[in-house]
Amino acid sequence: MLDFITGPLFIISIAVFVVGLLARAILYVRGLDARLERVAYSYHTERSIPGALASIFKWLIPGGTSGWRAQPVATFLFFLLHFGAVLIPLFLLGHTVLLETYVGISLPSLPGGVADVLSIMALSAIVLFALRRLSSPALRQLNSGQDWLILLLTFLPFATGLMARFDGSAYQTWMIAHVISGELFLILAPFTKLSHIVLFFMSRAQIGMDYAIKRGGATRGGAFPW
Amino acid sequence: MSELLCTPTPVTTKEGILDLLKDKGGAQYYSQMKEMKVDQEALARDLEQTCKSRTRTWLSICAHCAMCADSCFFYRTNNNDPTQIPSYKIQATLGEMLRRKGKVDAEFMIKCMDAAWGKCTCCNRCSVYCPHGIDTGVMFSYLRGILFKHGFIPWEMKIGSGMHRVYGAQMDVTEEDWVETCEWMVEEQQEEWPDIEIPVEKEHADVMYILNAREVKHYPEDIAQAAILFHVTDTNWTVPREGWENTSLTMFAGDWEGCAQNVKRIYAAIERIKPKVVVGTECGHAHRGTVVEGPYWAGRESGDPPVRFMHYVEWVAEMLRTGKIKIDPAKKLKMPCTLQDSCNYVRSHGLGKATREIMSYIAEDFREMDPKGDHNFCCGGGGGLNGIGLYRKERNVGLKNKLDQIKATGAELVISPCHNCWDAIRDMMEVYEEHNIKWSFLKPLLVDMMIIPDHINHNEV
Repeated sequence: MLDFITGPLFIISIAVFVVGLLARAILYVRGLDARLERVAYSYHTERSIPGALASIFKWLIPGGTSGWRAQPVATFLFFLLHFGAVLIPLFLLGHTVLLETYVGISLPSLPGGVADVLSIMALSAIVLFALRRLSSPALRQLNSGQDWLILLLTFLPFATGLMARFDGSAYQTWMIAHVISGELFLILAPFTKLSHIVLFFMSRAQIGMDYAIKRGGATRGGAFPW
Repeated sequence: MSELLCTPTPVTTKEGILDLLKDKGGAQYYSQMKEMKVDQEALARDLEQTCKSRTRTWLSICAHCAMCADSCFFYRTNNNDPTQIPSYKIQATLGEMLRRKGKVDAEFMIKCMDAAWGKCTCCNRCSVYCPHGIDTGVMFSYLRGILFKHGFIPWEMKIGSGMHRVYGAQMDVTEEDWVETCEWMVEEQQEEWPDIEIPVEKEHADVMYILNAREVKHYPEDIAQAAILFHVTDTNWTVPREGWENTSLTMFAGDWEGCAQNVKRIYAAIERIKPKVVVGTECGHAHRGTVVEGPYWAGRESGDPPVRFMHYVEWVAEMLRTGKIKIDPAKKLKMPCTLQDSCNYVRSHGLGKATREIMSYIAEDFREMDPKGDHNFCCGGGGGLNGIGLYRKERNVGLKNKLDQIKATGAELVISPCHNCWDAIRDMMEVYEEHNIKWSFLKPLLVDMMIIPDHINHNEV
């Protein structure tokens, strides 16, 4: 059973994650329609490419856009979560070792102390996000089952991972829980709002291109001032 | 009255328009709407064929983070009512329609209409504040198209769409009315400006000027002022006989077929006249409908119009920059002024640069609104809302946001080169009893402030 979870199921979950997200991205692009959406996607690449890149990268910087600056609490929580949520799965020593063993790719790994801090930040952010969802009148109007699902799916790997890290006496149990919750995250990502892992980039590129090609790209002088 | 006023069929005859107009305020029309059957199969097909990955992804990927809430003036002016959050508004309407695959009833469609025209002006400000770049304004515009096709649109929108289809203009102005008004304005100005003319259909003119039918019907002095400004700048200009009107109530109504007809009419005028440049009057949605969206409706793959189009503010900026219009320093605006950024040509076409260039020539005490430029708020009356009686109360509430912005600048004059913004500002001053703030288009200010070139014949009258 343990062999299955850490062996074939692990491979399956990585495959579903990669193939699934790739499929979402490809289907997104194929489903764009220049005529219906009234955006000439294949024209004016001299401004649509910078426009797409500015649209993506400005939003990846804390406070990099008026949108972030207008919402300091949401911004703080977003980056508190995502620094860890992105860096830990990719660059935690325990994960890079797996990647090297199974796939042969070697990535740099985070120093232990940094990894601890990022993980605790991410976990705290998830708890704070949950509290925000419960207490903000605006979010209470919008909350859906899926929002809670992805909070849970993200909470479990971080919680169990940290417990495995800090509770040596029950290490085996926490590791099994961590692996299963991690695989659950990977398998469900392409089918839930976790797909924003790729769709954020697709959607931001699209709106950046829209503004660059059609809504002022020729007259504004530069990319849209996000 | 026993005739059927509310149907999915667009109005394409004079009689159809008159029948609708006779129904004061649309009382019969709205009452018939409640009984109108929804063709659920057709609706499902429409959604299947026209709602693709961009919109479906927007709706499914929304993180429910509520960052769009504060970006929306409806949310802000309605005491942060959570049902005014852009995400909520679109999920409860288009989102729900898609989830039910079109299996909805008239009551639901009316609720969608109330949101699409009464809770959104399609100002696109929310698209700037969403981390995913979700454009709820674009989605509401798409929803308007669906609602138009199925007949669930406000009374004035049905009439407006009919006007464009029948008269080629947003009002019942015939070709005769149009040309005669031009002749009348020339006559009126002849004494002061002996050599003034408004050439009609002059082939190979440098500039083809297109405008808003309400200028012909209600504000013909605007046409006279345009003619004076072209005259003193020695512009080789003309107006078309047909295709002279560039507004688009059809765009507000979601009547895409009507939009295409309008744009093609203008492009046909370009083919006849072959100008170097087309200049549009001070109207925001006319620019959006003709220059930004228009090329697509006319089937132009590149999204570019066939010839260079300038919004009036671009033309004015160029005239000031090149010295063709010179401002008398003694007549420069001394009182504190501010500038309205019209969504349809600022956020949606980057022309905030041009308007600010103009302000640098004409105003000594220019105060920016906060926020400004591409981040500024809708006037509160765009997207056709100014003209829809059913949502007048809602509009008046929304106007408060812009009024607060204006008052915060301390300005006594708002420069507003857009008909809808101009109307919204006029109305907010009346509704909220502000008597000390004026508002103006550019043309009358420029005609007053300009130095008349020596070579232009002019008589003081």
